[in-house]
Amino acid sequence: MHTTKHSSTLPAHRYTLVVDLDRCTGCGACGTACAVENNIPPANEKATERTGTVWMRVLEAPASSAAGGPTTFVPIPCQQCDNPPCVDVCPQRAIEYDPRTGIVGQIPVRCLGCRYCMVACPYHTRSFNWWSPEWPAGMESTLNPDVSVRTRGVVEKCNFCVQRLQAARAKASAAGQKEIDPADYVPACVEACPSRALYFGDAADEKSEVAVLSKDGESFRLLAALGTGPKVFYRSSDPVVRERLSRTGVTRG
Amino acid sequence: MKLPAPVSFAVGLVPALAAGWLLFPRLLYRTEAQPLAFNHKAHAEGGMACTDCHAVAENGRFAGLPSTESCAGCHAEKGESKTINALVASYVEPGREVPWLVHARQPDNVYFPHAPHVTTGKLACTRCHGPEGESTTPRAYQVNRLSGYSRDLWGPSMTRAGRKEWQGMKMSDCIHCHRAGGRESACLDCHK
Repeated sequence: MHTTKHSSTLPAHRYTLVVDLDRCTGCGACGTACAVENNIPPANEKATERTGTVWMRVLEAPASSAAGGPTTFVPIPCQQCDNPPCVDVCPQRAIEYDPRTGIVGQIPVRCLGCRYCMVACPYHTRSFNWWSPEWPAGMESTLNPDVSVRTRGVVEKCNFCVQRLQAARAKASAAGQKEIDPADYVPACVEACPSRALYFGDAADEKSEVAVLSKDGESFRLLAALGTGPKVFYRSSDPVVRERLSRTGVTRG
Repeated sequence: MKLPAPVSFAVGLVPALAAGWLLFPRLLYRTEAQPLAFNHKAHAEGGMACTDCHAVAENGRFAGLPSTESCAGCHAEKGESKTINALVASYVEPGREVPWLVHARQPDNVYFPHAPHVTTGKLACTRCHGPEGESTTPRAYQVNRLSGYSRDLWGPSMTRAGRKEWQGMKMSDCIHCHRAGGRESACLDCHK
């Protein structure tokens, strides 16, 4: 199973997330829903902003203009690049680009914990497990059986809730269908967002909401000049926000 | 007396191999008894299909083992045999589920949906589970002391020589079939 670059041949499905920055209030519900869905343990008491495990980080970008204006909150999950630098550097092939979905999959049991991928990722969306995962007594019963718990010493990140894609595929098979019902595959963050700032879908379908939104003039990608080809798009009606975030990325909040 | 080199080599090698291939597997696996002496054959001869008790749920997942309630649909009262008496006394009357030891249970990081294999792929149950439906008593359940996994994942033979298609459920066994059919997939199709 080779991982190849797919900047020229795009996958049959292109699962894509569009983040409407005008709507995001920075509430953090996406990150909470993500942690619950993906069995991310409560932070160790020694964890810092750099060493904690977070798959969906919400950063704060400074006010959009010199005259003030609202702060922009920027939710940053794995950007699901079409040309992912993490895949190239992994000595274990513990990261795999799925050419049928465009999802960059992390396989923690193969990871040896060298953290080269964390260095390679320009978006800082990867976390290393510095501590064994621990839940307060009784909370183990709330774990999601569809996601395995990662051990200490491995890197993990957002997989676009691929377990929900697996479940949607199984459901389609049981119903005798070849393709999944798009309504069955929605990541936890998108489902949870109270201000409907997150859109998710298959951009290979030209008529889908994400295909239309990601192509209009208000959408951009973080650090697009690097050529990583993220499938997470950001959009804002404010040209200053667009200009600053697409060019410089985001400061750590 | 000094033995010729090949002989002294063999004197070391043979016991080492014997220990590795004969003794170690015995130490590695612990045998556990199933809670009830379930007779698959009697049920199959009574005209029941595998899916009458082991169904695929509507959402495509395996509904797994039948509930005690479904057993009680036929076996609500004692009397027919010792096993049925045990079922009724220990599980039906107290309303407990039978703690079956599942030979085919995969490790925690494996996602195996039955629907794509059974409904879409039209594979027979016996293709992976073997002639389980013809058994009159449950096979001994052997568990790997180190990993906690069922011996069925590796298969009965340590060398895997002469292995039948349904013996063994290692990742390589899954991949073998997937590759043969051109159904090669991504890691996260089957892993979680």
